[in-house]
Amino acid sequence: MTASPAGPILAVAGRGLPLRGHDIDTDRIMPARFLRSVTFEGLEQHLFEDDRAADPRHPFNDERYAGAAILIVNANFGCGSSREHAPQGLAQSGIRAIVGESFSEIFQGNAAILGVPCFAADPLSLDRLQTLVEHTPAVTIDAHVDTGVISAGPLRFTAAVPPALRDAFISGQWNPTAMLLDRFDEVRLVADRLPYVSGF
Amino acid sequence: MADTLFHKVWNRHAVRALSSGQTQLFIGLHLIHEVTSPQAFDMLRQHGWRVAYPNRTFATVDHIVPTLARRRPFLDLMAEEMTAALERNCRDFGIQLWSSESREQGIVHIIGPELGLTQPGMTIACGDSHTSTHGAFGAIAFGVGTSQVRDVLASQCLALDPLKVRRIDVNGRLSPGVYAKDVILTIIHQLGVQGGVGYAYEYGGSAIDRMTLEERMTICNMSIEGGARAGYVNPDETTFAFLRGRPFAPSGESFDRAVDWWRSIASDPNAPYDDRVALDAGSIEPTVTWGINPGQSVRISERIPADGDREALAFMGFAPNAHVRGTPIDVAFIGSCTNGRLSDLEEAARIARGHHVAPHVKALVVPGSQGISRAAEARGLHQVFIDAGFEWRGAGCSMCLAMNTDKLEGRQVCASSSNRNFKGRQGSPTGRTLLMSPAMVAAAAIAGEVVDVRTMLEEIPA
Ligand code: SF4
Repeated sequence: MTASPAGPILAVAGRGLPLRGHDIDTDRIMPARFLRSVTFEGLEQHLFEDDRAADPRHPFNDERYAGAAILIVNANFGCGSSREHAPQGLAQSGIRAIVGESFSEIFQGNAAILGVPCFAADPLSLDRLQTLVEHTPAVTIDAHVDTGVISAGPLRFTAAVPPALRDAFISGQWNPTAMLLDRFDEVRLVADRLPYVSGF
Repeated sequence: MADTLFHKVWNRHAVRALSSGQTQLFIGLHLIHEVTSPQAFDMLRQHGWRVAYPNRTFATVDHIVPTLARRRPFLDLMAEEMTAALERNCRDFGIQLWSSESREQGIVHIIGPELGLTQPGMTIACGDSHTSTHGAFGAIAFGVGTSQVRDVLASQCLALDPLKVRRIDVNGRLSPGVYAKDVILTIIHQLGVQGGVGYAYEYGGSAIDRMTLEERMTICNMSIEGGARAGYVNPDETTFAFLRGRPFAPSGESFDRAVDWWRSIASDPNAPYDDRVALDAGSIEPTVTWGINPGQSVRISERIPADGDREALAFMGFAPNAHVRGTPIDVAFIGSCTNGRLSDLEEAARIARGHHVAPHVKALVVPGSQGISRAAEARGLHQVFIDAGFEWRGAGCSMCLAMNTDKLEGRQVCASSSNRNFKGRQGSPTGRTLLMSPAMVAAAAIAGEVVDVRTMLEEIPA
C-alpha cells in the first residue's frame, strides 16, 4: 500500500530533485488514466508520465536525481484534483519531504497523512537550492521539521511547515485515524446535537 | 455575537481540539464513488474497522462509468472491476449505493443536491475536489484524498485546520449571454488560482441572490480552482424551495422546523469577514480560458495578454495578443458537475436548436445524472441535440477527466463546459481545453470555432 514510515518525523535528509514551475497540478503529477485501479500499487512508475514523455530532460527522467528524497518545487504545487494518487506516487518513489513556495491545501494534507512534510520557503532560497542541486546533484539536504531549518552545502534558510502539521509530525500523530477514533463517545454527542442527524 | 455561516457550522460540528492543533470535525454527509474509495475500504479491512455511520454515507458511480454501452458487465474491464469493488464494499459495510443501472445514478455532486441529501448547515466530505459544489446550499463541503475517505468512513470525522472567510459580493445584473460560469471564471481570473488558499469563499450580493441553485452550484463548484478549500452561499428562500419535496429532505412539519434551523445558521448581516471583494455583474462578459489553468482566461472580446505565461501559450499554440475567438475546435463537451445540470442543457439547446454541428466537430452532451437525463428527455432536449448532430450520452463525468473512453486525441482542441484545462486533463497528453459556459460550447460546436454566444442569441427571439 504505502511505503510511508510510522512514528515521529523530526527531520528528513537526502538528495534533492529540483522541479521548476508554478501551479503544477495533480493531473500532471499523476494523469487520470493511472487512477484506473483498485489499489495504489505501482503508481511511482507513472509520476509525470506525460510531462516526461514530452520532455526527455524532465527532472524525473534525469538519472542524476535517482534516489532523491527531497523534491524542490515552486508555487502552488499539487493544485487541482484531490487525488491522493499524486502524493502516493511521490512517496512510493522515495520522496520523503517537499520544499516549495506554496502548496495546495488538499495536496499538503494528503501528503502529511502519508508522512511527507511540505515545507514552504521564500522564492529566492528555493531558486538557490534548485540551482545548487542542479549543479551538485549529490549534495545532501537536511530539512528539519521542528525548527524549519533547511541546509544543503553552503545554503541555510528557514522554511515553514504549518504548525498543526508540524506538531503532528513531531508527535508522530500525522496519521490521524487513531486519534479520530479515540473518544468516539464525544463524536456521538456532537452528532446527536445536530438536528439533521437526530431528526428535525 | 454576529458570525459567518462558516464559523457557525464549524462550531456546531467541532468535536474537540486535537493534540496536533487541528480540529476534529464531525462530517454530516459522506459521499463516495468508485475511484477514490477502494483503497480506503482496503485500509478499513486491514485494521478491522467498521464504517461509523453507514446511514450518513452514500455512494454512486460516475468517474469511470461508460457513457455508451452501459450494459453490465462493462466492456471496459477496469470500469467493471472498479464498479464491482464499490458494489461489494457498499454491501459489506451497509452503505446505500446508486450503481450504474439505478435511476438515481449520476455525478456525485449532482445527485447529492438532486436527492435532497445536501442540506444547509451540514458538513460534507467526498473524495473529489469539486465537493465545494454542495456549498451552494449553505453547507461546508470539503474535497479530500483517499486516506481521509478512510478517516471519514472509520470515524465520520476529519482533522482540519479552520479557514478564514472571504466574502465575495457580485452585485448588479448579468447581461444576456453571460452565465454563472462566466462569473466564477472572472472571479478566479481576478483573485488568481492561489488567491483562495487558506480561505472559504462566501458568495453573495444581488446577482448571487437572484441566481437559481443550479447557478450557485456552478459558482461554488469552481471555488477550488481559485485555491479556496470551500465555497458557499447562505441559504435563502430559493434554497428552501429547491429542497422542498426532495426524497431525502425533511417533510411536513419537520421541513418547517428545518427551515428555522437553516435560517439560523446563515451569516448574520454584520458578520465579520477576514477579507471582502466586490464585483460588478454588469461588467462580466462571456469568458474563455486560453491557458493551462482556470485563471488564464479572457473576456471573449479581449486579446490574450502580451505577457501571457509562455509555457501556457506554447502548449496551447496561441500567440501573445491573439484572440481566442475564431479558434477552430475539434471537440465540444457539454457536461460535468460544473455545467451538466438541466438548466445548462436548456441553455445549450436554445443555441443548438435549428442549427447543425460543424462537420469537423465531435460534439457530446453528457447529462450529469440519470434524473437530468430523464427530465431533459421529457422536454425533448435530447432530440434538439440529436437533430443538431450532438451525441446524447449516459450520465457520468465523461470528458471532464477522461477516465473512460471519452477523451481527446493528439492535439485536439476542446470547447468544454467542465472545470479544468490542465495539461492532459481530457485524456490526451497534448490535448487542449478551452473552458467556457455550456451556451458558448454549443455556439462553438455549431460555428466550428470559438464565437461570442451573444451573436447567436441575437437570432433567437427572447
Ligand atoms: S465531473 Fe469532473 S470534477 Fe465533477 S466529479 Fe466528475 S471528474 Fe470530478
